[in-house]
Amino acid sequence: MTAFTQAIGRLLRRPEAEAVAVEQRQAPGGAIVHPVEIAPNDPILAYLQSNAGAVDIETLSMDSPGLRALRESGMELAVPLINQGELIGLLNLGPRRSEQDYSADDRRLLENLAGQVAPAVLVAQLVQQQEAEARTRERFEQELRVAQIIQQNFLPKEVPDLPGWQLAAYYQPAREVSGDFYDFIALDDGRLGLVIGDVTDKGVPAALVMASTRSVIRAAAQSLSSPGQVLQRVNDLVCPDIPQNMFATCFYCILDPATGRLTYANAGHDLPYLHTPSGVAELHATGMPLGLLPGMSYEEGEVTLRPGESVLFHTDGLVEAHNSEREMFGFPRLMDLVGLYGSQPDLIGRLCGELAAFTDRDREQEDDVTLVTLSRSDGPPADSDLPQLLDEFSIASEPGNERPAIERVADAVRVLALTAPQLERMKTAVGEATMNAMEHGNKYQPDVPVLVRVAVKEGRLCIAISDSSSEPPLPEAQTPDLDAKLAGTETARGWGLFLIQNMVDEVRQSSDGQHHTIELVFNIEGGSDA
Amino acid sequence: MPDHEFTATVRLQERFPIIDLKGEVNSFAEDALDAAFSQACATGPSAVLLNFEHVTYVNSTGIALIVALLAQARKAHMQLIVAGLSEHYRHVFNITRLADFMTICDDEAGAIAMAAPSKTEN
Repeated sequence: MTAFTQAIGRLLRRPEAEAVAVEQRQAPGGAIVHPVEIAPNDPILAYLQSNAGAVDIETLSMDSPGLRALRESGMELAVPLINQGELIGLLNLGPRRSEQDYSADDRRLLENLAGQVAPAVLVAQLVQQQEAEARTRERFEQELRVAQIIQQNFLPKEVPDLPGWQLAAYYQPAREVSGDFYDFIALDDGRLGLVIGDVTDKGVPAALVMASTRSVIRAAAQSLSSPGQVLQRVNDLVCPDIPQNMFATCFYCILDPATGRLTYANAGHDLPYLHTPSGVAELHATGMPLGLLPGMSYEEGEVTLRPGESVLFHTDGLVEAHNSEREMFGFPRLMDLVGLYGSQPDLIGRLCGELAAFTDRDREQEDDVTLVTLSRSDGPPADSDLPQLLDEFSIASEPGNERPAIERVADAVRVLALTAPQLERMKTAVGEATMNAMEHGNKYQPDVPVLVRVAVKEGRLCIAISDSSSEPPLPEAQTPDLDAKLAGTETARGWGLFLIQNMVDEVRQSSDGQHHTIELVFNIEGGSDA
Repeated sequence: MPDHEFTATVRLQERFPIIDLKGEVNSFAEDALDAAFSQACATGPSAVLLNFEHVTYVNSTGIALIVALLAQARKAHMQLIVAGLSEHYRHVFNITRLADFMTICDDEAGAIAMAAPSKTEN
């Protein structure tokens, strides 16, 4: 029976619509038998499936490429391996070494053999298939691990410690990692760059684009001070190298912790939410995502965070989460929650709780969820002698500009909850000091600004107003002689310093030769109205 | 340029003219205030009432304008009455001693009730 083993082939299971390969091995006699490809729609397969017995290749009459290929490879006899009605392989035999035809006994023996071999071949095929699937799964899991390693290595290990500010970050990757990222960048003069972004696509490609985009942003942020210019530079650098059909959304902002000023630009990212006592607002700015088109410019926005105010930065993983009824979490819901919990220290925890309650807890997370919060401390730091800056700004030296200065300072000290009389006295003092600075210090030159700095020091409200005068400090306020003014022997004016002196708990003056500063000091607790 | 709207409107009443001030009393108010005061004094009244009920802001220049009006009134032997001051500006009128030279009333009705009879009634 050596002829039986001259060529043994079997059908390999492949995905539908792929060709069926009849794998053939080197026969014991040494002849090399080449593999034969049989297309899934080749009529010979249907014929073999419907004929359980041995088939004469030589005499079979059929228009079949597979049949021709078998003949060309020297096969004479094919015995279908059929298991539960399914053709799972073939025993292919070349000519007998005796050069005699296959006998009826040979055929019966081969058919019996085929009946016993078929289940074993099927088991072998299933084992092979499972091994292939396991290898595929392993490659996939390995890729996931690589993507996670890349991503997590490029996310900040900790949030910056900024006195008077609270920063918090939350990153929960989906099983199949997408390209969420955030970053904190220490800049000159104590400013802080804050980045949040999302790369399209998933896995290693997204992680690599995220890593390279992050690096480019870091480099650009150190050399450019405008958020819009930073995004423009990053876009131009990313565009040539980013894979086709990929891009990154990104929101970049710069915080001046001393003043609370936040400047920002946006490359197609979901808008952050600003929480203030008067409600929730979006930080709106327009711009194309990074990597789509070079030469883009990016609109900039600016806002000043007051004590007690906060910003939530987020990626689409939260708002695009679905519940079991395919309802989306959505922006309106998030905005409402920020309004509800925005003033609480654990806004992120609240949002995660709401997300968990909204989605089915057993359901696999659809996308990365990234949340970053930036909050300005509410009120003076407890048990701290460090000054807390409430606001700092400049105004042009033009008549009447003391009014906007008064309103801005009043807004900045709102958090201190001054009594109404305290507030009125503060307004009058600020108005008079600002007028003095604009008129006497800066001679009402519009391009020479007056600087106003509002801070809390050791439990006292200190408002410093500086002009560009090199003259010595103003003389101590004298009580105006009203009788002389009414008699016309003295000008009716000259009430400013007197009013200031009577409105504040303490007034200080200083000069550095280039600037004159008057500091108005108010006792927040135990003031003269208390 | 910020908006510094100020108006001073004269109402000629039986006892004395009333000048209704509205807005911010500062340097931008000078012309309107002087014109209204001249109009109010044209008939030689014994008193003029400055109604501060709708005044939102008074600065040191505004105080100087009031001092100037007070000086004019005293020269003309006219009583200057002020009504409608907020608590804060009443405090300012006290510390500047303006309150020593004029009559401060809570509101217009109170001023009319306590005002001296006009010259025409003498």
